Amino acid sequence: MPVPFSQISEKYDIVVIGSGLGGLTAANRLAYCGHRVLLLEHHHRLGGLATWFKRKGHIFDISLHGFPYGMVKTCKKYWNKAIMGSIVQLKNIVFDNPQFSLQTTFDKEDFTHILETVFKIPLSTINRFFTLVSGMNFYDDQSMTTRELFEEFFPGRTDIHRFLMEPITYANGSTLDDPAITYGIVFSNFMNRGVFTFVGGTDKLIGMMADELEKNGVTICTKVKVENIIVEKGRVRGIEAHGKTVTTRAVVSNSGITNTIYNLTDRDAFSDEFLEKAAKIRVNNSSCQVYMGIRDGEKIDDVGDLLFTSTAPEFNSTELLDKETKSKTFSIYYPRTRPGLNRYTIVASMNSRYEDWIKLDDKSYQAEKDALIARSLKDLNRYLPGVAQKIDWTEAATPRTFNRYTLHTKGTSFGTKFEGLDVSRTIFKEVAGLFHVGSVGIIMSGWLGAINYGVIVSNDVDSYLRS
Amino acid sequence: MTSEEIKDLILEIIEDIDDEADFENLNPDEPLRDQLDLDSMDFLDIVMELRKRHQLQIPEEDYPNLATLNSCATYLEPLLRNV
Repeated sequence: MPVPFSQISEKYDIVVIGSGLGGLTAANRLAYCGHRVLLLEHHHRLGGLATWFKRKGHIFDISLHGFPYGMVKTCKKYWNKAIMGSIVQLKNIVFDNPQFSLQTTFDKEDFTHILETVFKIPLSTINRFFTLVSGMNFYDDQSMTTRELFEEFFPGRTDIHRFLMEPITYANGSTLDDPAITYGIVFSNFMNRGVFTFVGGTDKLIGMMADELEKNGVTICTKVKVENIIVEKGRVRGIEAHGKTVTTRAVVSNSGITNTIYNLTDRDAFSDEFLEKAAKIRVNNSSCQVYMGIRDGEKIDDVGDLLFTSTAPEFNSTELLDKETKSKTFSIYYPRTRPGLNRYTIVASMNSRYEDWIKLDDKSYQAEKDALIARSLKDLNRYLPGVAQKIDWTEAATPRTFNRYTLHTKGTSFGTKFEGLDVSRTIFKEVAGLFHVGSVGIIMSGWLGAINYGVIVSNDVDSYLRS
Repeated sequence: MTSEEIKDLILEIIEDIDDEADFENLNPDEPLRDQLDLDSMDFLDIVMELRKRHQLQIPEEDYPNLATLNSCATYLEPLLRNV
């Protein structure tokens, strides 16, 4: 259970600010290494964007859409075997758009088969493509864009570009103009074995993680928004929150790299050169979601776990970001998602720009949200005819909602573009004892990326504290 | 620690990382990565575990020295001589 902030000690080895999956993992890992860790979260619940909410007996998951198989090993090593044991495959991934409609298990074998038989690509080309993308590393040359990569292997084949790109755009917010490695690394992770989910839902996962943290001695405080990271003579000395100072040698900020630099730390702590690099960071786009709950006792057919749908003629990164995009992903949660709770819920997700939503006054904001819900219901009806009559709860989230709950700059749901990675990785060389963990560089995002990045940063923190 | 003890230590750490790791046909001169299906995160775990157990600081540029079982022993022997 979270501890009241008034009751905590005055000194910790490490303070972790923010409890996204990266922050939670860093806290757990550093406690495992033997350090005294304080975890502070501004919201009343842990998880950051790995979160959920309850309405009318429904539980809606915000970001549980599917992660790569790598989560199994990662959860086993950095959390526990019970968490690992709740991971299961989502076997029915659906694509439906004017160019093609198909079902897949979303792994290399099935993709190879589809590329060969549906899209008529020679096996040798497919194999060369897979060999190239699976060998990509984040430190590789980043001058090639994903668009160039696709054009090299599948010139002019916008249908294949869509098949390969659309799911990854929803997974990490990357576009055809981002470095090809940001595509290749994430795509290869999925192709390894397919798409997986967590049985029991996000609430169960975060609950199990909180138990593990407590077992390992992490002190957790929620509803504590850190105001300031105290830096003296180039070193972290502590943090300030609610008028109280906590002394610490190291801060792991999981509050967004831009928030960490601009809102939590005094500018004087950084060199001009570093601030110049930081100024170039582009945050990734945000999202819109529509949550739909099926009335208790009603059923819907199994039409797939994850549906990548669009009525746009071709894939287009800009179209996907439009406020009235014709493209959306439906995540469908059957009773098997949460055994014991016999409910069906559906979450429609769209990529979205903060700028399009922040400018609206209250009245037009509400009207736009209603229109978003109406469009989602209409699109869902193509797969589940008559579904609207079975739904007893609808609600929309916009970039404003994401900003409000996560405090992310411009409500970003995928962290930053590629340049954010280097700034995040080098911040502790600017300010001794200041570390950042969180979605950066496109590749360190998603549930698996966030957790693994938490481990990578923990290694830096542990090394610093023991030197 | 002797060279043999260091190799045992590395294998013990790898076994903690992956309890299904099969050391039966392990060639000490071939990369551990290929033989035991280890990834870069696993190597980070080895580095962290060595630091935790023996206060060893292994800089990132030295990570390639951990590639094979024998190269681990060669690299770590002077560092763990007094353990």
